[in-house]
Amino acid sequence: MPITWPTRLLQSPAVRVGLSISIATGLYGVSFGALSVTSGLDFWQTMALSLLLFSGGSQFAFIGVVAGGGSGLAAMGAATLLGMRNGIYGMQLNVLLQPKGWRRYAAAQLTIDESTATSTGQTDPAEQQRGFWTAGIGIFVLWNVFTAVGALAGGALGDPKQWGLDGAAVAAFLGLLWPRLKGGEPVAIAVVCALATVLAVPFVPAGVPILIAAVVAAAIGWFSHGRRDEGLEPDIDPYTEHHHHGPGAGTGTVPGGAA
Amino acid sequence: MNLWMWLLLACLLAYAWKLMGYLVPASLLRNPRMSRVAGTMTIGLLASLTIVNAMASGQALVLDARLGALAAGGIALLFRAPFLVVVVAGAGAAALLRLAGWN
Repeated sequence: MPITWPTRLLQSPAVRVGLSISIATGLYGVSFGALSVTSGLDFWQTMALSLLLFSGGSQFAFIGVVAGGGSGLAAMGAATLLGMRNGIYGMQLNVLLQPKGWRRYAAAQLTIDESTATSTGQTDPAEQQRGFWTAGIGIFVLWNVFTAVGALAGGALGDPKQWGLDGAAVAAFLGLLWPRLKGGEPVAIAVVCALATVLAVPFVPAGVPILIAAVVAAAIGWFSHGRRDEGLEPDIDPYTEHHHHGPGAGTGTVPGGAA
Repeated sequence: MNLWMWLLLACLLAYAWKLMGYLVPASLLRNPRMSRVAGTMTIGLLASLTIVNAMASGQALVLDARLGALAAGGIALLFRAPFLVVVVAGAGAAALLRLAGWN
Protein backbone atom coordinates (compact mmCIF):
# COMPACT_ATOMS: atom_id res chain seq x y z
CA MET A 1 0.00 0.00 0.00
CA PRO A 2 1.85 3.13 -1.16
CA ILE A 3 1.51 5.96 1.34
CA THR A 4 3.11 9.38 1.10
CA TRP A 5 5.11 10.15 4.20
CA PRO A 6 4.36 11.99 6.35
CA THR A 7 0.99 13.64 5.70
CA ARG A 8 -1.07 10.59 4.75
CA LEU A 9 0.63 8.36 7.29
CA LEU A 10 0.04 10.71 10.21
CA GLN A 11 -3.66 10.83 9.40
CA SER A 12 -3.89 7.12 10.12
CA PRO A 13 -5.48 6.54 13.55
CA ALA A 14 -3.36 3.42 14.07
CA VAL A 15 -0.14 5.33 13.42
CA ARG A 16 -1.12 8.09 15.83
CA VAL A 17 -2.04 5.63 18.57
CA GLY A 18 1.17 3.73 17.85
CA LEU A 19 3.25 6.90 18.27
CA SER A 20 1.47 7.88 21.50
CA ILE A 21 1.99 4.50 23.06
CA SER A 22 5.60 4.42 21.84
CA ILE A 23 6.41 7.59 23.74
CA ALA A 24 4.56 6.59 26.92
CA THR A 25 6.12 3.12 26.99
CA GLY A 26 9.54 4.23 25.77
CA LEU A 27 9.94 6.76 28.58
CA TYR A 28 9.37 4.00 31.09
CA GLY A 29 12.59 2.44 29.82
CA VAL A 30 14.41 4.94 32.08
CA SER A 31 12.98 3.11 35.06
CA PHE A 32 14.06 -0.28 33.72
CA GLY A 33 17.58 0.90 32.95
CA ALA A 34 18.06 2.46 36.38
CA LEU A 35 16.56 -0.50 38.25
CA SER A 36 18.60 -2.96 36.25
CA VAL A 37 21.98 -1.45 37.08
CA THR A 38 20.98 -1.07 40.73
CA SER A 39 19.93 -4.74 40.72
CA GLY A 40 23.53 -5.66 39.96
CA LEU A 41 23.54 -5.97 36.18
CA ASP A 42 26.11 -3.96 34.23
CA PHE A 43 25.36 -1.55 31.37
CA TRP A 44 25.73 -4.06 28.55
CA GLN A 45 23.72 -6.75 30.33
CA THR A 46 20.97 -4.17 30.76
CA MET A 47 21.13 -3.22 27.08
CA ALA A 48 21.17 -6.88 26.01
CA LEU A 49 17.88 -7.40 27.84
CA SER A 50 16.22 -4.41 26.15
CA LEU A 51 17.64 -5.14 22.68
CA LEU A 52 17.37 -8.93 22.59
CA LEU A 53 14.74 -9.98 25.13
CA PHE A 54 12.54 -6.90 24.51
CA SER A 55 9.50 -7.67 26.62
CA GLY A 56 8.97 -5.36 29.59
CA GLY A 57 7.39 -7.85 32.01
CA SER A 58 10.05 -10.49 31.37
CA GLN A 59 12.85 -7.94 31.68
CA PHE A 60 11.57 -6.72 35.05
CA ALA A 61 11.10 -10.32 36.14
CA PHE A 62 14.71 -11.14 35.27
CA ILE A 63 16.21 -8.21 37.19
CA GLY A 64 13.65 -8.66 39.99
CA VAL A 65 14.86 -12.19 40.69
CA VAL A 66 18.51 -11.10 40.49
CA ALA A 67 17.81 -8.15 42.84
CA GLY A 68 16.23 -10.54 45.34
CA GLY A 69 19.39 -12.65 45.35
CA GLY A 70 18.00 -15.36 43.09
CA SER A 71 20.11 -17.44 40.72
CA GLY A 72 20.54 -16.80 37.01
CA LEU A 73 18.57 -19.96 36.33
CA ALA A 74 15.61 -18.74 38.41
CA ALA A 75 15.79 -15.34 36.69
CA MET A 76 15.75 -17.01 33.29
CA GLY A 77 12.86 -19.25 34.34
CA ALA A 78 10.70 -16.37 35.54
CA ALA A 79 11.43 -14.30 32.43
CA THR A 80 10.70 -17.23 30.12
CA LEU A 81 7.43 -18.16 31.79
CA LEU A 82 6.29 -14.55 31.67
CA GLY A 83 7.17 -14.38 27.97
CA MET A 84 4.89 -17.26 27.12
CA ARG A 85 1.97 -14.98 26.32
CA ASN A 86 3.97 -13.39 23.50
CA GLY A 87 3.64 -16.74 21.71
CA ILE A 88 -0.13 -16.41 21.91
CA TYR A 89 0.10 -12.84 20.60
CA GLY A 90 2.30 -14.07 17.76
CA MET A 91 -0.36 -16.56 16.79
CA GLN A 92 -3.04 -13.84 16.67
CA LEU A 93 -0.80 -11.46 14.73
CA ASN A 94 0.22 -14.16 12.27
CA VAL A 95 -3.43 -14.52 11.29
CA LEU A 96 -3.96 -10.73 11.05
CA LEU A 97 -0.73 -9.57 9.43
CA GLN A 98 0.54 -12.69 7.63
CA PRO A 99 4.14 -11.44 7.49
CA LYS A 100 6.35 -13.21 4.95
CA GLY A 101 10.11 -13.74 4.64
CA TRP A 102 12.35 -11.60 6.87
CA ARG A 103 9.36 -9.56 8.02
CA ARG A 104 8.11 -12.59 9.91
CA TYR A 105 11.31 -12.70 11.98
CA ALA A 106 11.24 -8.94 12.58
CA ALA A 107 7.56 -9.07 13.54
CA ALA A 108 8.31 -11.82 16.05
CA GLN A 109 10.85 -9.66 17.89
CA LEU A 110 8.39 -6.73 18.00
CA THR A 111 5.54 -8.89 19.36
CA ILE A 112 4.72 -7.45 22.79
CA ASP A 113 1.62 -6.32 24.72
CA GLU A 114 1.52 -2.81 23.25
CA SER A 115 2.12 -3.61 19.56
CA THR A 116 -0.44 -6.42 19.73
CA ALA A 117 -2.99 -4.15 21.40
CA THR A 118 -2.45 -1.36 18.85
CA SER A 119 -2.87 -3.75 15.94
CA THR A 120 -5.77 -5.86 17.15
CA GLY A 121 -7.73 -2.74 18.13
CA GLN A 122 -8.09 -1.86 14.43
CA THR A 123 -10.55 -3.45 12.02
CA ASP A 124 -9.10 -2.38 8.65
CA PRO A 125 -6.29 -4.79 7.65
CA ALA A 126 -4.05 -1.94 6.42
CA GLU A 127 -4.53 -0.12 9.72
CA GLN A 128 -3.70 -3.31 11.61
CA GLN A 129 -0.41 -3.42 9.71
CA ARG A 130 0.40 0.25 10.34
CA GLY A 131 -0.55 -0.01 14.02
CA PHE A 132 1.63 -3.02 14.64
CA TRP A 133 4.73 -1.71 12.89
CA THR A 134 4.42 1.85 14.23
CA ALA A 135 4.03 0.73 17.84
CA GLY A 136 6.54 -2.12 17.49
CA ILE A 137 9.35 -0.12 15.89
CA GLY A 138 8.57 3.05 17.87
CA ILE A 139 8.66 1.28 21.22
CA PHE A 140 11.74 -0.74 20.29
CA VAL A 141 13.74 2.40 19.44
CA LEU A 142 12.56 4.54 22.37
CA TRP A 143 12.64 1.72 24.94
CA ASN A 144 16.29 1.06 24.10
CA VAL A 145 17.28 4.74 24.03
CA PHE A 146 15.68 5.34 27.43
CA THR A 147 17.02 2.10 28.88
CA ALA A 148 20.50 3.43 28.08
CA VAL A 149 19.67 6.80 29.66
CA GLY A 150 18.38 5.10 32.81
CA ALA A 151 21.32 2.70 33.02
CA LEU A 152 23.84 5.55 32.69
CA ALA A 153 22.01 7.84 35.13
CA GLY A 154 21.23 4.99 37.53
CA GLY A 155 24.72 4.94 39.01
CA ALA A 156 24.59 8.67 39.67
CA LEU A 157 21.31 8.37 41.56
CA GLY A 158 22.94 6.99 44.70
CA ASP A 159 20.87 4.61 46.80
CA PRO A 160 17.90 3.72 44.56
CA LYS A 161 15.71 3.11 47.63
CA GLN A 162 15.98 6.78 48.50
CA TRP A 163 14.15 7.55 45.25
CA GLY A 164 11.64 4.75 45.74
CA LEU A 165 12.76 2.86 42.64
CA ASP A 166 11.97 -0.46 44.31
CA GLY A 167 8.49 0.93 44.98
CA ALA A 168 8.23 1.77 41.27
CA ALA A 169 8.75 -1.91 40.42
CA VAL A 170 6.04 -3.00 42.88
CA ALA A 171 3.55 -0.55 41.37
CA ALA A 172 4.57 -1.52 37.83
CA PHE A 173 3.82 -5.20 38.41
CA LEU A 174 0.52 -4.32 40.04
CA GLY A 175 -0.22 -2.12 37.03
CA LEU A 176 0.46 -5.01 34.65
CA LEU A 177 -1.68 -7.37 36.73
CA TRP A 178 -4.60 -4.99 37.23
CA PRO A 179 -6.23 -5.08 33.76
CA ARG A 180 -6.31 -8.88 33.97
CA LEU A 181 -8.37 -8.91 37.18
CA LYS A 182 -11.75 -8.82 35.46
CA GLY A 183 -14.25 -10.88 37.40
CA GLY A 184 -14.00 -13.07 40.48
CA GLU A 185 -11.98 -15.94 39.07
CA PRO A 186 -8.87 -14.02 37.98
CA VAL A 187 -8.88 -12.24 41.36
CA ALA A 188 -9.07 -15.61 43.14
CA ILE A 189 -6.16 -16.95 41.06
CA ALA A 190 -4.09 -13.85 41.86
CA VAL A 191 -4.82 -14.14 45.59
CA VAL A 192 -4.02 -17.87 45.70
CA CYS A 193 -0.74 -17.34 43.84
CA ALA A 194 0.24 -14.37 46.01
CA LEU A 195 -0.44 -16.50 49.12
CA ALA A 196 1.54 -19.43 47.71
CA THR A 197 4.41 -17.03 47.07
CA VAL A 198 4.38 -15.58 50.59
CA LEU A 199 4.22 -19.06 52.13
CA ALA A 200 7.13 -20.27 49.97
CA VAL A 201 9.51 -17.33 50.50
CA PRO A 202 11.01 -18.44 53.85
CA PHE A 203 11.55 -22.03 52.73
CA VAL A 204 13.07 -21.92 49.23
CA PRO A 205 15.79 -19.83 47.54
CA ALA A 206 14.88 -16.39 46.19
CA GLY A 207 13.23 -16.57 42.78
CA VAL A 208 11.81 -20.04 43.31
CA PRO A 209 8.57 -18.80 44.97
CA ILE A 210 7.67 -17.14 41.65
CA LEU A 211 8.09 -20.43 39.82
CA ILE A 212 5.98 -22.23 42.46
CA ALA A 213 3.23 -19.66 41.93
CA ALA A 214 3.47 -20.27 38.18
CA VAL A 215 3.01 -24.01 38.67
CA VAL A 216 0.03 -23.40 40.97
CA ALA A 217 -1.50 -21.06 38.38
CA ALA A 218 -0.89 -23.55 35.56
CA ALA A 219 -2.52 -26.33 37.59
CA ILE A 220 -5.55 -24.12 38.21
CA GLY A 221 -5.79 -23.44 34.49
CA TRP A 222 -5.30 -27.07 33.52
CA PHE A 223 -7.86 -28.56 35.90
CA SER A 224 -10.56 -25.91 35.99
CA HIS A 225 -13.14 -24.86 33.47
CA GLY A 226 -14.28 -21.35 32.74
CA ARG A 227 -13.47 -18.52 30.47
CA ARG A 228 -10.67 -19.81 28.33
CA ASP A 229 -9.30 -16.49 27.17
CA GLU A 230 -8.96 -14.63 30.46
CA GLY A 231 -5.74 -12.82 31.05
CA LEU A 232 -4.75 -13.18 27.43
CA GLU A 233 -5.79 -9.75 26.34
CA PRO A 234 -2.90 -7.31 26.06
CA ASP A 235 -2.04 -5.35 29.19
CA ILE A 236 -2.82 -2.01 27.69
CA ASP A 237 -5.84 -0.83 25.77
CA PRO A 238 -4.35 1.98 23.71
CA TYR A 239 -7.75 3.11 22.48
CA THR A 240 -9.09 3.82 25.94
CA GLU A 241 -5.84 5.57 26.77
CA HIS A 242 -5.99 7.46 23.50
CA HIS A 243 -9.51 8.59 24.19
CA HIS A 244 -8.55 9.95 27.61
CA HIS A 245 -5.76 12.04 26.20
CA GLY A 246 -7.57 13.22 23.11
CA PRO A 247 -6.48 12.52 19.55
CA GLY A 248 -2.79 12.74 18.89
CA ALA A 249 -1.96 13.94 22.39
CA GLY A 250 1.59 13.28 23.37
CA THR A 251 2.90 12.61 19.90
CA GLY A 252 3.83 16.20 19.22
CA THR A 253 4.18 15.30 15.57
CA VAL A 254 0.62 15.45 14.34
CA PRO A 255 0.41 18.56 12.16
CA GLY A 256 -3.03 19.71 13.18
CA GLY A 257 -4.58 16.73 11.47
CA ALA A 258 -7.65 16.76 13.66
CA ALA A 259 -8.64 20.33 12.84
CA MET B 1 30.09 -14.74 33.03
CA ASN B 2 27.53 -17.07 34.56
CA LEU B 3 24.85 -14.39 34.66
CA TRP B 4 25.62 -13.52 31.02
CA MET B 5 24.94 -17.11 30.03
CA TRP B 6 21.50 -17.21 31.69
CA LEU B 7 20.73 -13.74 30.38
CA LEU B 8 21.45 -14.67 26.76
CA LEU B 9 19.56 -17.94 27.15
CA ALA B 10 16.58 -15.95 28.48
CA CYS B 11 16.78 -13.69 25.39
CA LEU B 12 16.90 -16.71 23.10
CA LEU B 13 13.91 -18.36 24.79
CA ALA B 14 11.94 -15.10 24.75
CA TYR B 15 12.45 -14.89 20.98
CA ALA B 16 11.58 -18.57 20.62
CA TRP B 17 8.19 -17.97 22.30
CA LYS B 18 7.48 -15.01 20.03
CA LEU B 19 8.51 -16.82 16.85
CA MET B 20 6.62 -19.95 17.79
CA GLY B 21 3.34 -18.07 17.45
CA TYR B 22 4.21 -17.24 13.84
CA LEU B 23 5.45 -20.69 12.91
CA VAL B 24 2.88 -22.99 14.46
CA PRO B 25 -0.36 -23.37 12.51
CA ALA B 26 -3.10 -21.37 14.21
CA SER B 27 -5.40 -24.37 14.58
CA LEU B 28 -2.94 -26.23 16.82
CA LEU B 29 -2.69 -23.38 19.32
CA ARG B 30 -6.41 -22.84 19.51
CA ASN B 31 -6.51 -25.65 22.06
CA PRO B 32 -8.74 -24.10 24.75
CA ARG B 33 -6.93 -25.80 27.59
CA MET B 34 -3.51 -24.47 26.52
CA SER B 35 -4.82 -20.92 26.10
CA ARG B 36 -6.40 -21.15 29.50
CA VAL B 37 -3.16 -22.33 31.11
CA ALA B 38 -1.28 -19.45 29.45
CA GLY B 39 -3.88 -17.03 30.83
CA THR B 40 -3.93 -18.28 34.41
CA MET B 41 -0.14 -18.55 34.45
CA THR B 42 0.27 -14.92 33.41
CA ILE B 43 -2.05 -13.82 36.24
CA GLY B 44 -0.24 -16.06 38.76
CA LEU B 45 3.20 -14.83 37.73
CA LEU B 46 2.27 -11.15 37.86
CA ALA B 47 0.60 -11.59 41.27
CA SER B 48 3.65 -13.44 42.55
CA LEU B 49 6.07 -10.85 41.17
CA THR B 50 4.03 -8.05 42.75
CA ILE B 51 4.08 -9.60 46.22
CA VAL B 52 7.73 -10.72 46.02
CA ASN B 53 8.82 -7.21 45.11
CA ALA B 54 6.62 -5.75 47.85
CA MET B 55 7.50 -8.06 50.76
CA ALA B 56 10.46 -10.37 50.12
CA SER B 57 14.03 -9.58 51.05
CA GLY B 58 16.03 -12.67 50.21
CA GLN B 59 14.32 -15.44 52.15
CA ALA B 60 12.79 -13.08 54.70
CA LEU B 61 9.38 -11.43 54.61
CA VAL B 62 9.59 -7.78 55.62
CA LEU B 63 7.07 -4.99 56.08
CA ASP B 64 8.65 -1.79 54.81
CA ALA B 65 8.05 1.27 52.61
CA ARG B 66 7.41 -0.98 49.62
CA LEU B 67 3.98 -1.82 51.09
CA GLY B 68 3.19 1.88 50.84
CA ALA B 69 4.17 1.71 47.17
CA LEU B 70 1.79 -1.23 46.69
CA ALA B 71 -1.06 0.71 48.32
CA ALA B 72 -0.31 3.88 46.35
CA GLY B 73 -0.18 1.92 43.08
CA GLY B 74 -3.51 0.28 43.93
CA ILE B 75 -5.15 3.61 44.69
CA ALA B 76 -3.83 5.11 41.44
CA LEU B 77 -5.24 2.12 39.54
CA LEU B 78 -8.63 2.48 41.26
CA PHE B 79 -8.72 6.02 39.89
CA ARG B 80 -7.88 4.65 36.43
CA ALA B 81 -4.56 6.46 36.31
CA PRO B 82 -2.34 5.77 33.27
CA PHE B 83 0.42 3.20 33.70
CA LEU B 84 3.16 5.81 34.03
CA VAL B 85 1.28 7.63 36.82
CA VAL B 86 0.82 4.32 38.69
CA VAL B 87 4.58 3.72 38.58
CA VAL B 88 5.39 7.27 39.70
CA ALA B 89 2.86 6.94 42.56
CA GLY B 90 4.61 3.77 43.74
CA ALA B 91 8.04 5.39 43.64
CA GLY B 92 6.78 8.56 45.33
CA ALA B 93 5.09 6.66 48.16
CA ALA B 94 8.17 4.57 48.90
CA ALA B 95 10.46 7.61 48.76
CA LEU B 96 8.23 9.69 51.04
CA LEU B 97 7.78 6.89 53.59
CA ARG B 98 11.57 6.45 53.76
CA LEU B 99 11.98 10.19 54.15
CA ALA B 100 9.52 9.98 57.06
CA GLY B 101 11.70 7.31 58.64
CA TRP B 102 9.93 4.06 57.74
CA ASN B 103 12.36 1.78 56.02
